Amino acid sequence: MPEAPLLEVDNLQTHFRTPDGINRAVDGLSFHVNAGETVAIVGESGCGKSVTSMSILRLLPEPPGKIAGAIRFQGRDLLKLSDKEMRGIRGNDISMIFQEPMTSLNPVLTVGRQIGETLRLHQGLSKAQAEAKAVEMLKLVGIPAPERRVKEYPHQLSGGMRQRVMIAMALACNPKLLIADEPTTALDVTIQAQILDLMRDLKHRVGAAIVLITHDLGVVAEVAERVIVMYAGRKVEEAPVRELFANPKHPYTQGLLGAVPKLGSSLTGEETRLAEIPGLVPSLKQRIDYCVFAGRCPKATDLCRKVDPALEAKAPNHTAACHYAEKELMAA
Amino acid sequence: MSATLSTTPTTDSAVSHGSTPGRPLLQVDDLKKHFPLRGGLLGGVTGHVYAVDGVSFEIAKGETLSLVGESGCGKSTVGKAVLRLFDITSGQVVLDGTRIDTLPNSSLKPMRRRVQVVFQDPFSSLNPRMRVRDILAEPIRNFGLAKDRADLDRRLNEVMDTVRLPRDAITRWPHEFSGGQRQRIGIARALAAEPDLIICDEAVSALDVSVKAQIVNLLQDLQRKLGLALLFISHDLAIVEHMTHRVAVMYLGKIVEVAPRRSLFAAPRHPYTQALLSAVPVPQPGAARKRIVLQGDVPSPINPPSGCRFHTRCPYVFDRCRVEEPLLKLALPAHTAACHLNDLPPEQNPLIRDGTPLH
Repeated sequence: MPEAPLLEVDNLQTHFRTPDGINRAVDGLSFHVNAGETVAIVGESGCGKSVTSMSILRLLPEPPGKIAGAIRFQGRDLLKLSDKEMRGIRGNDISMIFQEPMTSLNPVLTVGRQIGETLRLHQGLSKAQAEAKAVEMLKLVGIPAPERRVKEYPHQLSGGMRQRVMIAMALACNPKLLIADEPTTALDVTIQAQILDLMRDLKHRVGAAIVLITHDLGVVAEVAERVIVMYAGRKVEEAPVRELFANPKHPYTQGLLGAVPKLGSSLTGEETRLAEIPGLVPSLKQRIDYCVFAGRCPKATDLCRKVDPALEAKAPNHTAACHYAEKELMAA
Repeated sequence: MSATLSTTPTTDSAVSHGSTPGRPLLQVDDLKKHFPLRGGLLGGVTGHVYAVDGVSFEIAKGETLSLVGESGCGKSTVGKAVLRLFDITSGQVVLDGTRIDTLPNSSLKPMRRRVQVVFQDPFSSLNPRMRVRDILAEPIRNFGLAKDRADLDRRLNEVMDTVRLPRDAITRWPHEFSGGQRQRIGIARALAAEPDLIICDEAVSALDVSVKAQIVNLLQDLQRKLGLALLFISHDLAIVEHMTHRVAVMYLGKIVEVAPRRSLFAAPRHPYTQALLSAVPVPQPGAARKRIVLQGDVPSPINPPSGCRFHTRCPYVFDRCRVEEPLLKLALPAHTAACHLNDLPPEQNPLIRDGTPLH
């Protein structure tokens, strides 16, 4: 092991107190992100992927939320920092892009002010310097006529341009980690292609690590290097991207991949039916001390309904939490 | 691959026409819908949103036609016009030989039964204060389909079975169901009226991957079993390709290409369709693909560009595109596209020469 990872999430548990019991949105999640790496967290609604990203930045209200475990960023446990110290990290060392660019921009401030705000706060730039840097950032994210756009308000921009502004804002302070929560979900495909291209390009130029939260396996395949599959608040599988798509081990991952039609399917001449995952995600309000996927799994046995499978290595760099996932011979 | 196109693919175009052979179930001719913009001191009309600007297509009995395109291209407006949720600006909508866009409300009701809709959002499209039973019984009562109470119950049970919901769930409220189950209720409500055509307006877009697959399979099964025609409005090209017979691609209020499924995905003949196909992320890491990234955004439908509406973003634009609007012309068998490039000999046409994005 060369150096310590940039971000290390260790046994993260984010629970919410609700009138009818504790909702275990994230329950014992561990993963790491190396410097400059792109890690995708995939899963369906309610699997805890967004709660994970909010927990890393401590953006959840406590109470009713409660975050336990450890989130070590460059060796410092973010959960132990004071609010003031945390503010010094948000938008500076770790920044975030949200799904909905219209609601996450302030409608009454020009985009230049909003990009400049982080710079003035974290890097102490003057108003004029901040505006100059904002123009530079808009140019970096490929907005035409940045000198004019910097004085405009969010409503004057299209959805794709707003998302570019969000990215410019997130990158303004040269963060080491960028959390992108469904950054292209609200966009049309041709605009999505532009934004994905931009993210790939910027990653090479800026060198920030990216945690990409998404439900779109196509986006994962295009952008990520390593993938974490979440289900009902837990990590069920983790592997490098090619390995995961070529050789999924967990029945849930297999089900997810089988449920997406692939473009070009009509050209092969095979008429296939989409694979269904029967049933529903279990309620997170009951403690589940057996396999979380047992209720929907085609392979489930009594063992699965009694014993929670631990995450174990099934192939090199490839872990899955399933009693029946085959293990490959690993070179010693 | 293109050799297969000349033969008629069985799944793509061979669709049986039930009682009225040769006559399409739905025919839309030069449909226009312009929404007036009001403003100024006296609130006069200051302009129009040209949401749908001359769209023609037809759907055969038992056929699925997909309407694809990006936000604001007018695809949902077309769906609403067919449902007659508003009056259209010009053109005509003909359902099984009867023109419905000019029909007075009194004689429209029996036609309404024949065209039903499933909306995108399963949470806001069901009345939260009605039990499932009442939601499903409403169309049956409205259209006077049930002879008596027993017949109503029989129909309700049948429709619950068809969408694979447990019969006893009928006494529950919408909020007790998950997103996928609600969408099943939405489909059941459409089916209860025994329609010939269902308009699915982004009916699976809001659903999670695994649930989406369930609903797509259900829609396909229903179509096969009941001989329903579907107007499937969607922006998800992979789903469209999976379940449609024909595809119409819309851009800024106009149809730019119409083709049988396999022909469209194998040999798109409009630069916008090519760009759209190339932009879809494929769940296959490292797949070598030629991506056409379009510059800029879709222009405003209030003031659409002259000539070809796509010319502001088209990678192949030339002088003629800026002045002369291309018409839909036959490019391949049963495959029409509106692009001047298709007038060129095939060896000079970049749409053919450069191959297609999916190969």
